Amino acid sequence: MRKKLLFGGVAIATVICALSLLHGAKRENAPSSAAMLLVNIDNFSFSPETVSVPVNSTVTWVNKDDVPHVIASTQGVFKSRALDTDDKYSYKFTKPGTYSYFCSIHPSMVGKIVVR
Amino acid sequence: MAEKTLLDVNPSGLIEHDHNHDGIDRRGFLKCMAWAGSGALCVIHGGVLTSKALGLPGSAKAHARGELSFVQISDSHMGFNKPANPDVISTLKAAVDKINALSEPPAFILHTGDISHLSKPEEFDNVDQILKSTNKEIFFVPGEHDVLNDDGAMFRERYGKNSKGRGWYSFAQNGVHFIGLVNVMNLKAGGLGTLGSDQLEWLRDDVSHLKASTPIVVFAHIPLWTIYPQWGWGTEDSGQALSYLKRFGSVTVLNGHIHQTMQKVEGNVTFHTAFSTAFPQPAPGAADSPGPMKVPADQLRSVLGITDVNYVQRRHALALVDSSLASSTSRSMS
Ligand SMILES: [Cu+2]
Repeated sequence: MRKKLLFGGVAIATVICALSLLHGAKRENAPSSAAMLLVNIDNFSFSPETVSVPVNSTVTWVNKDDVPHVIASTQGVFKSRALDTDDKYSYKFTKPGTYSYFCSIHPSMVGKIVVR
Repeated sequence: MAEKTLLDVNPSGLIEHDHNHDGIDRRGFLKCMAWAGSGALCVIHGGVLTSKALGLPGSAKAHARGELSFVQISDSHMGFNKPANPDVISTLKAAVDKINALSEPPAFILHTGDISHLSKPEEFDNVDQILKSTNKEIFFVPGEHDVLNDDGAMFRERYGKNSKGRGWYSFAQNGVHFIGLVNVMNLKAGGLGTLGSDQLEWLRDDVSHLKASTPIVVFAHIPLWTIYPQWGWGTEDSGQALSYLKRFGSVTVLNGHIHQTMQKVEGNVTFHTAFSTAFPQPAPGAADSPGPMKVPADQLRSVLGITDVNYVQRRHALALVDSSLASSTSRSMS
């Protein structure tokens, strides 16, 4: 289990690296929604738990657990339907700010998206 | 896992608590006997008894014959199909067979939630179809899996026609007052299960007219005692609810959610969690997460089961018997 988590972390780190490279390299006329970020839901936790993205980024959550989870903004900004195993939910962040969220059926699961 | 382990059992098998040390007898007595290969029999005497009911007369079996019998089932998770149990239909059917084989037929069945896995109509339909063969009235409270996308509207439409608020209600049977509570909605980030002030207010009013000698049975999905907050196994405002029940001599709290049997006696309150009929979950903290636990296929039915509850009026006692689906009273192993 732990091993799997570590692998997940490495994969995400790689994605983030690739994305930040992309972002750094983006041209003036490139669409402002250059960044896309993946948050894995695994073992009843969000990984990475806190992510920082440029404005207009789209964050996608993927449920890797055997049970459903629901992504819900603490401030009520966004809410997914129940995500079964391998289901995805995406939200585009068009305003800077800190967005706390949790799983509305397993509220001990919390995460944060920081939009720059 | 077939035999229940209980905390704080002294060598005589008796649990005593008198936290208040004020001489008022609000102790709960609980005597547990191993029930060969199928769980444990627990006889609880409410604190209104004035004498220590040590050594109840008769055999363990005799205690189980009550004036009111009912069965608790929980967490059927219809629609779940992962390795921890690819066939939740068969195990729910086995639970029904077990209920139908009970020597004392239950008056009714309590289902403490997570009927479905994904709140889908066909999942509820399947459970209804399977439970129909018990020919019993069934009282439901929702689990978080039953209210996923509509704040419980479909659940209440199906199972909560006469309920209040988000689905709570009470009823009386043979002098016992039953209270079904809902603690799986409006959950707050970082928190546990929640009853909410409107439900708590209703509860206070609901029990206000009852005599202190009335036995109370509370049933709800998430445990009303804090078992393991790191996994959300507890209810934020359960203390408030229990404060309204303090004056009663016998309170039995039946929960599900954690997919394993566990029991605690505190004063006159006995807390008990039931087996799931679908899949087991790890003991608190025994794994990285509380997700479904895969056990060898030939052991699955020994960690799933039902709870049989008997109430003996003149003894003012409730007896709880957990039986796994693997135990001998099971009539069929489809
Ligand atoms: Cu969740």
